[in-house]
Amino acid sequence: MGSVSEAIGRTAAERANAGPPLVCWFEDCGRESVPLVGGKCSSLGELINAGVRVPPGFALTTEGYRRFMAKAGLEGELRSALAGLDAHDHGALEKASARIRSAIEAQPFPLEMEDLIAECYRRLAVRCCVPALPVAVRSSATAEDLAGASFAGQQDTFLWIRGVDDVLSHVRRCISSLYTGRAIAYRIDRGFAEASLAMSVGVQKMANSFTAGVMFTIHPANGDRSVIVIDSNFGFGESVVSGEVTPDHFVVNKITLDIIDRTISQKQVCYTVDPVTQTSRAMEVPFERQRVQSLIDDEITELAWMGKQIEKHYGCPMDIEWAVDKDLPAGGNIFILQARPETVWSAKSQSATSGPGGSAMDYIVSGMLAGKKVN
Amino acid sequence: MKFPVPHDIKAKTIPGTEGWERMYPYQYQFVSDDPVRNQYEKDTFWFYDGLHYPEPLYPFDTIWDEAWYLALSQFNNRIFMVPPVRGVDHRIINGYVYISPVPVKDPEEIGRRVPNFMERAGYYYKNWDALEAKWKVKMEATIRELEAVKIPRLQDMEDMSVVTDAMGESHGYHLLKNYDDLINLGIKCWQYHFEFLNLGYAAYVFFLDFVQKLFPSIPAQRVTQMISGIDVIMYQPDEELKKLARKAVELGVDQAVTFSREWSEVEVALKKLPAGVEWLKSLDLAREPWFNISCGTGWFHHDRSWNDQMNVPLSGIATYIGKIKQGVSIERPTAKVIAERDRITAEYRGLIEKEEDRKQFDELLGCAKTVFPYVENHLFYVEHWFHSVFWNKMREVAAVMKEHGVIEEIEDVWLLRRDEIKSALWDIVTAWATGVTPRGTQTWPKEIVWRKGVMQKFKEWSAPPAIGTAPEVIQEPFTIVLWGVTNKSLADWAAVQEVKDPDTITELKGFAGSPGIMEGKARVCRTVGEVGDLKQGEILVAPTTSPSWAPAFAKIGACITDVGGVMSHAAIVCREYGMPAVVGTGHATKIIKTGMMIRVDGSTGAITITR
Repeated sequence: MGSVSEAIGRTAAERANAGPPLVCWFEDCGRESVPLVGGKCSSLGELINAGVRVPPGFALTTEGYRRFMAKAGLEGELRSALAGLDAHDHGALEKASARIRSAIEAQPFPLEMEDLIAECYRRLAVRCCVPALPVAVRSSATAEDLAGASFAGQQDTFLWIRGVDDVLSHVRRCISSLYTGRAIAYRIDRGFAEASLAMSVGVQKMANSFTAGVMFTIHPANGDRSVIVIDSNFGFGESVVSGEVTPDHFVVNKITLDIIDRTISQKQVCYTVDPVTQTSRAMEVPFERQRVQSLIDDEITELAWMGKQIEKHYGCPMDIEWAVDKDLPAGGNIFILQARPETVWSAKSQSATSGPGGSAMDYIVSGMLAGKKVN
Repeated sequence: MKFPVPHDIKAKTIPGTEGWERMYPYQYQFVSDDPVRNQYEKDTFWFYDGLHYPEPLYPFDTIWDEAWYLALSQFNNRIFMVPPVRGVDHRIINGYVYISPVPVKDPEEIGRRVPNFMERAGYYYKNWDALEAKWKVKMEATIRELEAVKIPRLQDMEDMSVVTDAMGESHGYHLLKNYDDLINLGIKCWQYHFEFLNLGYAAYVFFLDFVQKLFPSIPAQRVTQMISGIDVIMYQPDEELKKLARKAVELGVDQAVTFSREWSEVEVALKKLPAGVEWLKSLDLAREPWFNISCGTGWFHHDRSWNDQMNVPLSGIATYIGKIKQGVSIERPTAKVIAERDRITAEYRGLIEKEEDRKQFDELLGCAKTVFPYVENHLFYVEHWFHSVFWNKMREVAAVMKEHGVIEEIEDVWLLRRDEIKSALWDIVTAWATGVTPRGTQTWPKEIVWRKGVMQKFKEWSAPPAIGTAPEVIQEPFTIVLWGVTNKSLADWAAVQEVKDPDTITELKGFAGSPGIMEGKARVCRTVGEVGDLKQGEILVAPTTSPSWAPAFAKIGACITDVGGVMSHAAIVCREYGMPAVVGTGHATKIIKTGMMIRVDGSTGAITITR
């Protein structure tokens, strides 16, 4: 059982000798860290190390998760709640889920883990020079984003969490989200063993986003790899990710970074922080701003450039979440919150646009014979 | 999509123009008295060739339309045997030219044409550079021949040499014969014009087609950029102006060159200075052939060359002298353009996933790069150099006609068809030989006055962009790339046509010619003569541009044209200068007025007018 300073300050070599840590800074993670910190946190670490601007943060590791579960002594409770459960009995699933989740959420962290998390959070706040730093607490599942077993988004995400106590309780809520009715049913259907289950939770500085959204480094409609497509709305990116609004839509030429197409939509809702309650909530966009372009041209270009670098780093088309922070000056205010390989087009083998790659003459003749549809 | 029936359009004769059909060849008419031809015309899709003819055709100027009617069609259909398409058919309504590609309908016949095409077109693609070198020799010889054609004046008494040389022929006969020579050289020159052009465009079209299949969102301008930056002679006239500007500064005669915008005054001043005389020598060297550059497209008699209008190159030289004095570079950024071209090409290529697609890309790109110089260079030889000399030879013919009272002014000659001119020349030489008055002195001047009135009414008429029955598939390479005929482009044009009050339009669409966004004051220049009015940073709005407009591009911030595609002059030059261009807007010069604040988005082809 290591001390706080041990967990945070140890060198990589020491860590290797001392077994997996319970918490881990993002910058100490990389592509290979999925078993330790899950897909989401490992990719954030990978991005930071590639020089991409990512809000800082740390992860409760899968080891931390296991320690928590072991100390909580919930095995009996879990086993009895899940015993003989029918994956298609919605009522029973929800009942079991509620029972397990409240049991997990009611369970305090062991003291030394609470200290560890609290110290990491304090250091993060110091790093960002913000007292009671608002953070996003997100689950980072080890099975998430893995081919064929995508239950991405099935775990909860909590925005704008401030203070140690709230952070701790939301980390528990993330852990408990492993036991939503849907997640339980999914595992029963696929025959995943409960024992092998593990998850990590990321605690990340919250970008106070003026505008946020998603970006694909491939055209999601036609698989065109020469463009970057950006969807944006005011406030946090949740309104875009969830599909609650029709966002502004930009198509950028990946090679030249020209904006080749733009659609400015009427954006009625955005997510932002309620200044009184200090919580994230949906609010109506003032009418006069609804048709205003939510991302300025310079930001579009910079964002697309970042997307291009990320794609280059990973070597494949990417699906990226991003935000423009309103507290920081232009040129340093665009952050990448998440990046994962794009799965739809990458799974399809692009159909060859020609025969066996013949001569120019062959192509011209076959093209002439096919003609060009007027429409 | 529904378009008007051509015969209905034609039936609504503009009052006062009844009988206009005699101004054009009879086969250009939509007919009602021949049921088979009438039905064919109704079933066919005809689109107005606004690309080449922003204005109604003068009867004489129809010569080039007939020339390409023949040349394009024969190379497609009788020489290279393009499998699915024959030639391009032509009609005229109210002076406006309508064209239509003629498909090969029988699939078996298309199949039979394939091996012929492969063999014949393949021969040209394979031997392109060697054949192109031969072409240049043929073309230059044709221009020399044209320059050597003499248009004789008819003397009351033939020269003594006719007797002593035992010539056995009169100058009257020479006038007839040399006029024929002139016309025949023109037709021949247009034969050469299309020797390579169909295949050149095909290579370009299908490279574009292939890249767009790989990258559906790629702007066409990026595809043309991949084949740009190769030294084409189209830039040479502009380069000559820069050389002359540098020389003027070097010799210290730059003030003499720039003190007036009138060439005649500048020339007088220069002749008084020893260094000025030296500069004039350099100028003379540059003028042949480079000042044979037309101030328009070269297609019309009113497109005069730099040599005819020395104020135009003078203004360009003055602009460059100004830049040199300010220490601004006037070099074309060729190395930068080539580096950027190579970067773009490599990046796109790097995004191609399949090996066989990469191979196909390389093949087609190589082919497009081989043909590109011809596609650009032929314009200088044919439309600029040959035409500029040709129009002036025709003015010599007109001078003879004026001398004999058949026309009142030299510029009246363009209102006659070329076969009518031949008849008038017969009238003149027989009357001259016989010692009587040509009959034409009483008939042609009246007819010309009437025709001038008709032309004026034609100019005020708005030609519908398309008539007849739209096809489902277009296979003719020119139709696709040059005229950009798609439902969308036609619908866009039609939408603007339907607006009753052009003063309410705030948005215009064209082809994205060169990327970038620019806001500024518009300056509408209908001819290159108005380019002198341009102020630094203004947005040029022109019917179309040609190489003689080149100096304008050193001043402007962006460019908009009525006609042209991504391969048009304005688009190419703007890409070289890195400034936005929107081309082929259809009606920009009619809608935008000088002084308006406009926004040009050369990446999307959108123009916004602030009203």
